[in-house]
Amino acid sequence: MTVAPKREAYDVVVIGAGPAGLAAAATAAEAGLSTLLLDENVGPGGQVFRAISSTPVTERNQLGADYWVGADLVQALHASGAEIIHRATVWSLDRNLEIAVSIGGASAFVKAKRVILATGALERPFPIPGWTLPGVMTAGAAQTMLKSSALVPDGRTVIAGQGPLLWLLAAQILRLGGRIDRILDTTKRGNYFAALPHAFAFLTSPYFAKGLSMMREVKAKVQVVSGVTELAASGDGQLASVSYVAGGKRETIPADLLLLHQGVVPNVNLAMAAGIEHRWDDLQLCWSPVLDASGNSSVAGIAIAGDGAGIGGANAAVVRGRIAARAAVEALAPAAAAKLPAMATLRSDLARAERGRVFLDTLFRPARQFRIPSGDTIVCRCEEVTAKDVLDSVAIGATGPNQLKSYRRTGMGPCQGRLCGLTVTELMAQARGKSPQEIGYYRLRAPVKPITLAELAAVPKSEADIKAVVRG
Amino acid sequence: MFRRSEQDKRPQVQIFVDGVAVAARQGDTVSAALLASGVDARRSTAVSGAPRLPYCMMGVCFDCLVTIDGVGNRQGCLVPVAEGMQVEIQKGKREIGK
Repeated sequence: MTVAPKREAYDVVVIGAGPAGLAAAATAAEAGLSTLLLDENVGPGGQVFRAISSTPVTERNQLGADYWVGADLVQALHASGAEIIHRATVWSLDRNLEIAVSIGGASAFVKAKRVILATGALERPFPIPGWTLPGVMTAGAAQTMLKSSALVPDGRTVIAGQGPLLWLLAAQILRLGGRIDRILDTTKRGNYFAALPHAFAFLTSPYFAKGLSMMREVKAKVQVVSGVTELAASGDGQLASVSYVAGGKRETIPADLLLLHQGVVPNVNLAMAAGIEHRWDDLQLCWSPVLDASGNSSVAGIAIAGDGAGIGGANAAVVRGRIAARAAVEALAPAAAAKLPAMATLRSDLARAERGRVFLDTLFRPARQFRIPSGDTIVCRCEEVTAKDVLDSVAIGATGPNQLKSYRRTGMGPCQGRLCGLTVTELMAQARGKSPQEIGYYRLRAPVKPITLAELAAVPKSEADIKAVVRG
Repeated sequence: MFRRSEQDKRPQVQIFVDGVAVAARQGDTVSAALLASGVDARRSTAVSGAPRLPYCMMGVCFDCLVTIDGVGNRQGCLVPVAEGMQVEIQKGKREIGK
């Protein structure tokens, strides 16, 4: 069923129905603003609350209490009167706050007075040898299948990487009766020391007790190897084995499935294509948008909430969504803002939700060798470009990611740099002795998701549009 | 690689993969149904012909590209299964007319 937006213009358009988008759309609509929520997935929830309205996992404790919080957000959204369209892929957003969205193979255009981007995060690229082999997936992929289809690994399964999501996924797989043969922990030893000064905030945050009990639950059932410094997948057309080095000793184990995870990074494509200024974040090792305290970006009228504003986790995302929506209400209907929680209250909620984040970011800052590959390891999965190819291009004059496109087509495949962009920036920065900020990122443009020429050709055209391209 | 948890009580949906009937469940995405089915769902890339399976399952990697009901280059991880859906494992680039 294809549902086009009911109106041509809205007070607020929210893009993405994860924690930030759900909270933002509900807040804006409750305050009486005409609100449209566009989301690419089949149902609400984003990644963290994926399939919250439809999951076949009925034993609630298996997904954990933090997951089911999402159901309350969805309920509040439905009660708010916001218009919601799923399976809607936004492919363009510009400075005039005009949005192009593809729904069921046809594009529609809507205009907004305010846009709240809540496009969330995606997994940081994990470019190890063999990461393109069938059987190598992200931890998030396995978690998506677990939540939306109650699917669990049942072959020889290895989980490798670091960070809170890795332990949560392992616990969930075990609770649902899935198989994990080994966990390879790539947390850099030196990070424990670096994170120490930030430990107090973390120890007094709610994440500490939860994290500890989850790690204990997993370690009681699965062999965990820590201090992994090298990692590679191999096989002929299909994953067959995983080899790693820990404590100076190399080991190779047979595997059918390798799940990789080294944290998440903001999904910047739509925001960058809209011309929003981003800066390199040297702690989180990614691009983050430049925002004011209400989430307003460098483009007037566009705010960013949730992990797309810099990684903060689901609790922080919800609060950032409410803050961005409150700011929109203050601007468009000041009288209605009085009904909403005060900005000062929201800001202290945010500080509480972000407590312990610096500790996590420092402890789980991925090691250089897992971010910056070498030799024949593929960097750009779409165009199948290796680290050596990139360095060879640098040697003959490619100065940054945009020049590299004309040498090697990196970032020009369907994923539009989502799986290679950070790697290319860091690899070129290292090769040229520059900072990632100096090297920069791909210049992203609409359409930020591939659409067919037929779909473009079918969009309604005005006389002026036709005159602009037709001669004579 | 993956199996279904016993608690999954969703109704079955029949799809066809390269003409062969495959049992999926209501609410599965095409990619999840393929990975759960045990069929060889490896596509091959347009650049080198290398075999691939879905990597991210969240709409960003495009390694789940598949032909669905005659339309090529669909992201299988974003499309829910429907009764009688015809899925073709895509070898190489999208064909003209698909």
